[in-house]
Amino acid sequence: MRVALFITCFNDTLFPQTGRAVVTLLERLGCDVEFPEAQTCCGQMHVNTGFQERGLALARRFERVFADAEVVVSPSASCVAYLRDNGAGLDGRLLELTEFLVDRLGVEDVGATFPHRVTLHPTCHSVRLLGIGDRPRRLLERVRGIDLVELSDAAVCCGFGGTFAVKNADVSMAMLSDKLGDLFNSGAEVCTAADNSCLLHIGGALRRQRAAVRVMHLAEILAAT
Amino acid sequence: MTSIGFPAAAHKALTDTQMRRNVGNATTTIRERRAARVAEVPDWEALRDAGSGIKARAMATMPEQLEALEASVTRAGGQVHWACDAAECNAIVSEIVRGHGAREVIKVKSLATDEIGLNDALAADGVEAIETDLAELINQLGHDTSSHILVPAIHRNRAEIKLLFERTIARGEDLGWDITAIAEAARRHLREKFLSVPVAISGANFGVADTGTICVVESEGNGRMCLTLPRVLITVMGIEKVLPEWRDLEVCLQLLPRSATGERMNPYTSLWTGVRADDGPQEFHLVLLDNGRTDVLSDEVGRQALHCIRCSACLNSCPVYSRVGGHAYESVYPGPIGAILTPQLRGLENAPTLPWASSLCGACYEVCPVKIDIPSVLLHLRGRVVREYKSRRSPEALAMETVGRVFGSQRRYEQAQKLARLGRGPIVTAALPGWSAMRGLPEIPKQTFRDWWRSRPPGPAGGDGPAP
Repeated sequence: MRVALFITCFNDTLFPQTGRAVVTLLERLGCDVEFPEAQTCCGQMHVNTGFQERGLALARRFERVFADAEVVVSPSASCVAYLRDNGAGLDGRLLELTEFLVDRLGVEDVGATFPHRVTLHPTCHSVRLLGIGDRPRRLLERVRGIDLVELSDAAVCCGFGGTFAVKNADVSMAMLSDKLGDLFNSGAEVCTAADNSCLLHIGGALRRQRAAVRVMHLAEILAAT
Repeated sequence: MTSIGFPAAAHKALTDTQMRRNVGNATTTIRERRAARVAEVPDWEALRDAGSGIKARAMATMPEQLEALEASVTRAGGQVHWACDAAECNAIVSEIVRGHGAREVIKVKSLATDEIGLNDALAADGVEAIETDLAELINQLGHDTSSHILVPAIHRNRAEIKLLFERTIARGEDLGWDITAIAEAARRHLREKFLSVPVAISGANFGVADTGTICVVESEGNGRMCLTLPRVLITVMGIEKVLPEWRDLEVCLQLLPRSATGERMNPYTSLWTGVRADDGPQEFHLVLLDNGRTDVLSDEVGRQALHCIRCSACLNSCPVYSRVGGHAYESVYPGPIGAILTPQLRGLENAPTLPWASSLCGACYEVCPVKIDIPSVLLHLRGRVVREYKSRRSPEALAMETVGRVFGSQRRYEQAQKLARLGRGPIVTAALPGWSAMRGLPEIPKQTFRDWWRSRPPGPAGGDGPAP
């Protein structure tokens, strides 16, 4: 299957390892991956900050760049949810990574091995906006050697919220502080999610605290062998 | 109240760690109870749809509904007054109270009267308003303000309330630590007022247009006392509380208690229609309050905020509210619903930071019994604030414009990525302020994803794996 990758500006610039993992994973599952180089940003940050005209213009640009793609896969639940909400879901051809794996390819066991203690941060936009349900969990459960542990109050927001983390930095940090408490209590070595935006936030505080927990995008676990 | 804006008010609120614990504990308890009670109802989603439909119909036909309500209340022996703003409403109420020579009035918990500052207006006219809802009484005695739509003293814990009562209504008596004994002090204080004060003031949860019936939903029975014992009853009702038909209550009274307190059925639901000889108040006034509501109604996206039935489920579910509490919203309407209602009622220019008081996590929309899409309204209001009130030359607007232009072209975008790697440039400057105080940023990787992609050997599946 020919798959066009929408990596998102965020991953392209800050988390290239996630993009590499997505390519590895999709190719291992027999996909022919393309990367349309004209892609930039979907415009979510602009729309969420109130600059709708500019943001929606970027959503239209996204549609043009991917107009001819058979299927577009993206490792960001948040960007996919935003694009769909703003009429740029490419008539059902735009899929978030776990949707693509579970629904389109029909696989839950992707052949990964990851012998570590992992907890899943479900992310608000994955669960409530996009509605990907338990797909990430089902994929993780089939990873060999993984020790999947529960995160208390998992569905509660970590406090990122895009520019919210900057405009309301105090509240954002209070939310993050509680998330870190739950994360430490889980005993996990790795916190994973279907979105790097929350992980930038959570990982940023872990790094600041010199904590012995690391963050990894779900794709990186699924690509691991 | 002078507004300092949400970020500054939240900054202040977060320093009160005891309040955070009190609000955190209480919202967790109510949230869990609500979830359990909602899960019992097999047609909950259908009920939400019905509730949403009822409110949408009421809003779409509001002028007719209000006129029908006026006619049916009048027919049943009530008197209907129309108030376009707070000052007019306060003047109407005050005139009725003074017309009866009353120096005291007893009050049922009411957000509408808090919104218009009725108690202060009455005090200026020499009339003391006595709050009878336990939490409102706590706030009144503590010279405090409400911090939650349903549980106005949610920011206080048992020990704080015990000490407050001992200082005030218990006149130094040691009330002990038993919650019944503490509540008994309020009971003794209020009972005397119920039996002696001739005028009561209430809000309304619903006003049914076709029958003229007003409905007040409460948990303590204090409201029932106010609504039945005094000779004169004045109800201040926001015009959005109108329901077209009696049967609409069937849906609303199922949605409200489960969403609000996590109860299957509401403990005290009072319904009255006009006046009835020798039974209950012999004079009933209904004051219909606009105070900005018709302006909200004129915004096709924003008007959903008027669908609210004041259950507070969005507050209890909100990760922002449950950490900062209600005072940070600087309004009688806190939490997610307040973040969309207050700026619209007061004018966006008077509460321009509230639409940003959310991480857009969507928990509020998920629990709203009438399906108000709060995140979408927040985004809509953010857009309005930016378009209508923000300077195009503000640092943020300029940064957004620059970043937007960068994202508009592959060439500019790739140049910006190179600059970001050097530790400067538009991507980094847009992301930095306020962030790095508490969170580290990852090192900008040496190679972007697209650079790696281009460096892959040609041919299918020709790349290396997720190497470091």
